[in-house]
Amino acid sequence: MLAAATVADVHRALAARRPALTDLAALLSPAADGMLAEMAARSAAITRQRFGRVIQIYAPLYLSNYCVNKCVYCGFSADNSVKRRILTFAEAEVEADILVRRGIQHLLLVSGEAPARLGVDYLVDLVVRLRNRFASVTIEVQPLGEDEYRRLFAAGITGVAVYQETYDRDLYPRLHPSGPKADMGNRLLAPARAAAAGMREVGIGALFGLSDWRIEAMMIGAHLLFLRHQYWRTGFTVSFPRLRPAAGAFAPLVEVSETDLARLLFAFRIFDHDLGLVLSTREDAAFRDGIMGLAPTRYSAGSCTAPGGYSHEHEAEEQFAIGDERSVAEVCEVIRSHGFDPVKKDWDRCFQAVG
Amino acid sequence: MLTIAGRDFHSRLLTGTGKFSSSAVMIEALEESGSEIVTVALRRVDLVDPGDDIMAALDRERYLFLPNTSGARNSDEAVRLARLSRAAGGGDWLKLEVTPDPRTLLPDPVETLMATEVLAADGFHVLPYINADPVLALRLQDVGAAAVMPLGAPIGTNLGLVNRYQIEIIIDQARVPVVVDAGLGAPSHAAAAMEMGADAVLVNTAIAMAPDPVVMARSFSLAVKAGRDAFVSGLPETGSPRASSPDAGLGFLDKS
Repeated sequence: MLAAATVADVHRALAARRPALTDLAALLSPAADGMLAEMAARSAAITRQRFGRVIQIYAPLYLSNYCVNKCVYCGFSADNSVKRRILTFAEAEVEADILVRRGIQHLLLVSGEAPARLGVDYLVDLVVRLRNRFASVTIEVQPLGEDEYRRLFAAGITGVAVYQETYDRDLYPRLHPSGPKADMGNRLLAPARAAAAGMREVGIGALFGLSDWRIEAMMIGAHLLFLRHQYWRTGFTVSFPRLRPAAGAFAPLVEVSETDLARLLFAFRIFDHDLGLVLSTREDAAFRDGIMGLAPTRYSAGSCTAPGGYSHEHEAEEQFAIGDERSVAEVCEVIRSHGFDPVKKDWDRCFQAVG
Repeated sequence: MLTIAGRDFHSRLLTGTGKFSSSAVMIEALEESGSEIVTVALRRVDLVDPGDDIMAALDRERYLFLPNTSGARNSDEAVRLARLSRAAGGGDWLKLEVTPDPRTLLPDPVETLMATEVLAADGFHVLPYINADPVLALRLQDVGAAAVMPLGAPIGTNLGLVNRYQIEIIIDQARVPVVVDAGLGAPSHAAAAMEMGADAVLVNTAIAMAPDPVVMARSFSLAVKAGRDAFVSGLPETGSPRASSPDAGLGFLDKS
């Protein structure tokens, strides 16, 4: 599909009222390489119509950098001799309260995969402590089973993100040589399990810089279509994290430029008008500012990727270096200066009957 | 005069508060619209936080605060949200939205009916957001809906009155006010809904997303008044009258 697309296909995709996977292929194909401006314009128009002049704000809270996996690109890999830390509940609450004071209401809990230290019990107990301070609490942790997701939903977790890292069947085992993450299929099916368990929002994506970005994006598109049809009650988001420098010094296997990243965001907006598109602080301030209003609907702000990093800067090792170091207040000010409303609350804990 | 649940309103234009670039622009547009009923998504605001940007900007003496349950996936969630809102000072008016499909945000008729029955019995003035289904509209009135709010077109599409024929049936059968909600993308769409006999319309996206929301709010206000006046006056027949003789075919009369 990617190789066969023509410029005429790209024009058709740009105008499609109900885009299909072939339209996504056209937008990602070499035939569209010279049409970034047209894609940006269409993407911006759709984003404004469907989402309005608003950008949602969230922040991650890193709970633990213990990890039993040996992902060759990751700062948390078990092979890296970095300082390890898992937050106690009290420490996590201190971190959370700092975010609350900064105006964060949508919280993303993140951790490495070390289920003996940080499993479902930990997450349930923690979210029960945190849920009344936030409008929503979501997780980005190891893949879990449907019953585990159900327990977390009942405890007040509203959303789950599981990024596939790469959909490349040959590459995946080489990058994830050991640990539970070596099971590619288990990871691939985790978003469906989360949706089946009733989660309101499920995030998918790949880590860009590992394999051909056009093909990874097509796989995300196919995954999204499957999920959308099977789990129509669930809202889906897509993120395109690009590999950043980290401890262990893994150099990206392929280059994915900012132009490519912009292309990915525009293509997915045109492909799926209502898709949540997440842009994290991995990206530089200039890119985040420039693309504001053109496709992404959700920005993280003021992020620290080290456990305990909000209260104690520079103590534990980060998962990756931040590209946009500005505070929540500064990011909100920039959003306003672009003519958008930085929305901190777009959910309510009262939706959920928590157990 | 528009009367819903015993309360009178001069304006027949209801407005929403989503998608605006700031609460300052929102307030200016609301003022220009002349609207007296303003709906606010409960998910978007914090009723107990005096610093909430939308609630702080909205004068509840001037506007009837009509909270909505946008995001609720079923009756239980909508009912819980409504009760917690009332307990937090949100009042007993409610725009009921049960929208389990986060993409189209189309309302679930079964869960909407269940929630309306529970909330109406609980003393709420319930204005359910529904697809343009005449039988559902009747069922909702039977269980105590204060008004019905059929959608002109899926929300945010600006497509206008794609459900025109169904909405006409709802209007003809209605015992409560009919407020056409969602999908109205231009003042002419709002005017057309009012000409059909809708009691009011609700507009959000078309105002919030206009290059000049304040001017567009005024434009909708004028269109709603124009459409209402045309309905009250009665519209002339459309199309060319047939030129045939008026007694053609009546030759059988007076034969006896």
